[in-house]
Amino acid sequence: MSEVAEAAEAVKEPKEPLFSKKNKKLLTDPLNDDNPITIQVLGICSALAITVQVKQAFVMALSVLVVMIGANLIVSWMRNLIPSRVRIIVQLVIVAALVILVDQVLKAFVYDVSKQLSVFVGLIITNCIIMGRLEAFALGNKAWPSFLDAIGNAAGYGWILIAVAVVRELFGSGKLWGYQVVPDAFYEFGYFNNGLMILPPMALITVGIIIWIQRAKNTKLIEEH
Amino acid sequence: MDVNKNSYTFAFSAILVIVVASALAFAAESLKPMQKQNVKLEKMQNILASVKIEATPEEAQEKFDKYIVKQILLSQKGEVIAPEGMTAFDVDVVKEYKTLGAENRNYPLFVFEDGGEKKYIVPLAGKGLWGPIWGYIAFNGDMNTVYGTTFDHKTETPGLGAEINQDDFQNKFIGKSIFASSGDYEAIDVVKGGSDVSGNPHEVDGISGGTITSKGVGEMIQRTLAVYVPYFKGNQKASL
Repeated sequence: MSEVAEAAEAVKEPKEPLFSKKNKKLLTDPLNDDNPITIQVLGICSALAITVQVKQAFVMALSVLVVMIGANLIVSWMRNLIPSRVRIIVQLVIVAALVILVDQVLKAFVYDVSKQLSVFVGLIITNCIIMGRLEAFALGNKAWPSFLDAIGNAAGYGWILIAVAVVRELFGSGKLWGYQVVPDAFYEFGYFNNGLMILPPMALITVGIIIWIQRAKNTKLIEEH
Repeated sequence: MDVNKNSYTFAFSAILVIVVASALAFAAESLKPMQKQNVKLEKMQNILASVKIEATPEEAQEKFDKYIVKQILLSQKGEVIAPEGMTAFDVDVVKEYKTLGAENRNYPLFVFEDGGEKKYIVPLAGKGLWGPIWGYIAFNGDMNTVYGTTFDHKTETPGLGAEINQDDFQNKFIGKSIFASSGDYEAIDVVKGGSDVSGNPHEVDGISGGTITSKGVGEMIQRTLAVYVPYFKGNQKASL
């Protein structure tokens, strides 16, 4: 018993700075070494579906960020109150409520984007990244690290989404954020937009190429067999 | 406190659900006016788009008030009706198409005027392959030739039926007419994709691979315009 108390004391004792090394890792790891999409291969569904245009991808990434911060904070605050037998359903209720809230706000303030995202905002509920972080992190950690963890993972998800969207929109429709960037002169010389880029398979291939580049640069990710 | 007791679990779940439900109900209620306004502005944008007036949501209301000079409601027999407290703009043709019998529906007509030139805009509602389709068709002042159209859909197949909301398809209707030279109503028909329709003022080339959606568009135009024929004919004579 005293051992446990001592251990607890030891954890509590040194007051951690807000951005300690450990906390910083929570923010930066998901961007590269532990990226939710390219390493954990979660949230692939939405990465395929809403990366045709940068604007949609951006709003989606932002929505996931908001939902994730909210859910992680709430679950972390309530972690000692949630009965373990119903914890998954409690997490689901919290995530679903936040998603509906985001959906309503989008409908009220950015109607055209919300129409394009349509069902995919609702599908944030089933985004494995969010449930995964709640179960794996927020349930066992204090609010501040959970908050950082949410930002880190949402950013890791978001930058991949936006990177894929940039490639798809640029080569698929010659635009970025809805503005024409490929000059008309190119088309006169026989340049064509790649129609395949608009379709979901190209998103998969683009994600695949990003994973390839990432593993080539970051050698500790290469598994040895 | 033992958080794993049955009674605690029940109490916790009940409180959680009540808190979440009231928070959502509150949010939905307080955001509703803004959401309704967005739907209204989008409708105005669509109506204006059929006469090739581009409007951002911010300027939709202003342009709508400026250009749409008259709103008329017709009964199924083509008579002008004026139900109390209802304007043509309030009529949701898609909803009425789904819930009301043909004889009970209202048929709105918007009169557009710019520089003395009038256009007549008719809202349309019908069904495609998977779900509802709708749109607006605008006629020139002669109430015969098509000035412009706009269509949209809820769930048509991307790349096939969903193409009805693209300019390529919508522009094919421009210049077509709904009255034969004898003066009889001859509806615009959407024919099988790839057909040669040049020179035929009553046929439009459909979308290859989107046949059922294309046919839905044709059916929607034929059925709806038939109601407006008596009104159009009466007013064509009057303006001559």
